[in-house]
Amino acid sequence: MSNFKKLIIEPLRKTNPITVLVLGICSCLAVTAKLKPALVMGISVTVVTAFSNLIISCLRKGIPSRIRIIVQLVVVAALVILVDQFLKAFVYDVSKQLSVFVGLIITNCIVMGRLEAFAMSHKPWESFLDGLGNGLGYSLILVIVAFFRELLGAGTLFGYRVIPQSFYEAGYMNNGLMILPPMALIIVGIIIWIQRTRHPELQDNNK
Amino acid sequence: MKKNFRDFFIASDKEQGGTLKDHVSGLRRYVSQIKPNFVEGGRFSWLQSTFEAFESFLFVPDKTTRKGCQIRDAIDLKRTMIFVVIALMPTVLFGIWNVGYQHFLATAESVSFWKMLGFGLAKALPTFVISYVVGLAIEFIFAQIRHHEVNEGFLVTGLLIPLVLPPDIPLWMVALATAFAVIIGKEAFGGTGMNIVNPALTARAFLFFAYPSCMSGDKVWIANLPDATTGPTPLGLLANGSTDLPSAWTMFWGGIPGSLGETSKIAILLGAILLLITGIASWRIMVSVFAGAIGMGLIFNVIGATPYMQLPFYYHLLMGGFMFGAVFMATDPVTAPQTNTGKWIYGLLIGIFAVMIRVINPAYAEGMMLAILLMNVFAPLIDHCVVARNIKMRQKRAKTNSKTTTK
Repeated sequence: MSNFKKLIIEPLRKTNPITVLVLGICSCLAVTAKLKPALVMGISVTVVTAFSNLIISCLRKGIPSRIRIIVQLVVVAALVILVDQFLKAFVYDVSKQLSVFVGLIITNCIVMGRLEAFAMSHKPWESFLDGLGNGLGYSLILVIVAFFRELLGAGTLFGYRVIPQSFYEAGYMNNGLMILPPMALIIVGIIIWIQRTRHPELQDNNK
Repeated sequence: MKKNFRDFFIASDKEQGGTLKDHVSGLRRYVSQIKPNFVEGGRFSWLQSTFEAFESFLFVPDKTTRKGCQIRDAIDLKRTMIFVVIALMPTVLFGIWNVGYQHFLATAESVSFWKMLGFGLAKALPTFVISYVVGLAIEFIFAQIRHHEVNEGFLVTGLLIPLVLPPDIPLWMVALATAFAVIIGKEAFGGTGMNIVNPALTARAFLFFAYPSCMSGDKVWIANLPDATTGPTPLGLLANGSTDLPSAWTMFWGGIPGSLGETSKIAILLGAILLLITGIASWRIMVSVFAGAIGMGLIFNVIGATPYMQLPFYYHLLMGGFMFGAVFMATDPVTAPQTNTGKWIYGLLIGIFAVMIRVINPAYAEGMMLAILLMNVFAPLIDHCVVARNIKMRQKRAKTNSKTTTK
């Protein structure tokens, strides 16, 4: 049981796909200006990673190794289309905000990375948990970044005003830089900084 | 006399061992007495860096180089920084007066010189205090956590930050920008001497993109501007398509609205002369920045497609923060290239880009900040290419030499 727990908990911390493996940065910059799209994006990627890991792991013994990338892509593409259709049907406004980035989940390095690194060599249940864990690790960072960007950039959370009007009357202003993609990179950088200070074993030793 | 001199050295040697002679000043004695509390194992060892900072502020540090044979330049970081601070003084004083002058010009009141200075001081002094307090507090905290010495680099940065901001900037924004510049621009890379981009310009760029309404337009350049009037800078006028500029002479002596330190070119040139005489700033960078801007200005004059392009090229040197950036920002020894050829390339490109951004991109009225930041990022690459080219050339020479000798 502890093994399964490890598969889910570790990607949230010491093997986090964004802050440790530094994968999936592009979508992290693109969809985190607001909390809601970031959360939906996180859930979508989690679903795709978990189920593609599961499916590929079931098929892993039957896939010829020379064409495995194509097979993986077909599975991932099918799942992404499902997610895309689902979002269009049930949360159309968010789907519109995310626009092309839902389709681009297929190129998300985390998905392919987990398939190659884990699902091709592990049993289905473990692979499913691994996909789930990595998807959640990705979502966690996305939500943290989006929280700060929306709070400081627009003064809202999930679209509701959080910073009271009296602050604005006293001279407070929304930070326009938070809306711009570079700030997402800087926030991710700060998270990495804090994380590596707390876990010195993650620091590169090139001295 | 000679004996006294010798005694002094013997005494200071003994002082290291713990005995104190009478002729050591009271302050030195007091500092030496409390020192054991702050070294490793002392009661306040967690304040070691703070103590060291204040000790070396009062006295010449007693540190010597341990490994290898090295020559220590008498002009250390602290002296360098003090020279830059002195060089900045004319711009600071003029800037403070100009804040008052512009304000009373806008309200159409005629008041005495001292009242203008007083108004400017009331407006500008808090920004200096805030920038120093916030920046130094962060520097001290980081030095303490990392067991470093506190570096003097912030003495200049803390003065530069208010000088590149509009006089009407809210104080909390100064504090936020300073914190951002010191933490993200400097400490994240390892502190003084390790930063990639100029910290003062990082602060300005942060505010420029975060709070554009407080950093651009025609309302922010004059302190407490009366409603229904505007006070655009020459660059602001040009970006809006107007060529109704103040005279070149006015822009040269500085009676125009603008950031605190950038308006008077005379004051900046005084500082530049001091920096060049003392050899602290690189003359190569200064000259090449000017050359780049003049060259680009002349090219635009030849093209002459818009009224902005037809503007006499020397106007670019007199408007906005060009000269301030060329003298105090581009020459920052940490963020500029180290090789002499690299300095020429770096300076020329800063000048070219600054004028190009001003003229071609109306969204950014002032191109100097962006040009310097961009070239800061490229400085290591320029250095790398210059060094690699040099190595290649020498290898080639060595090869041809060996060929001729074998023949």
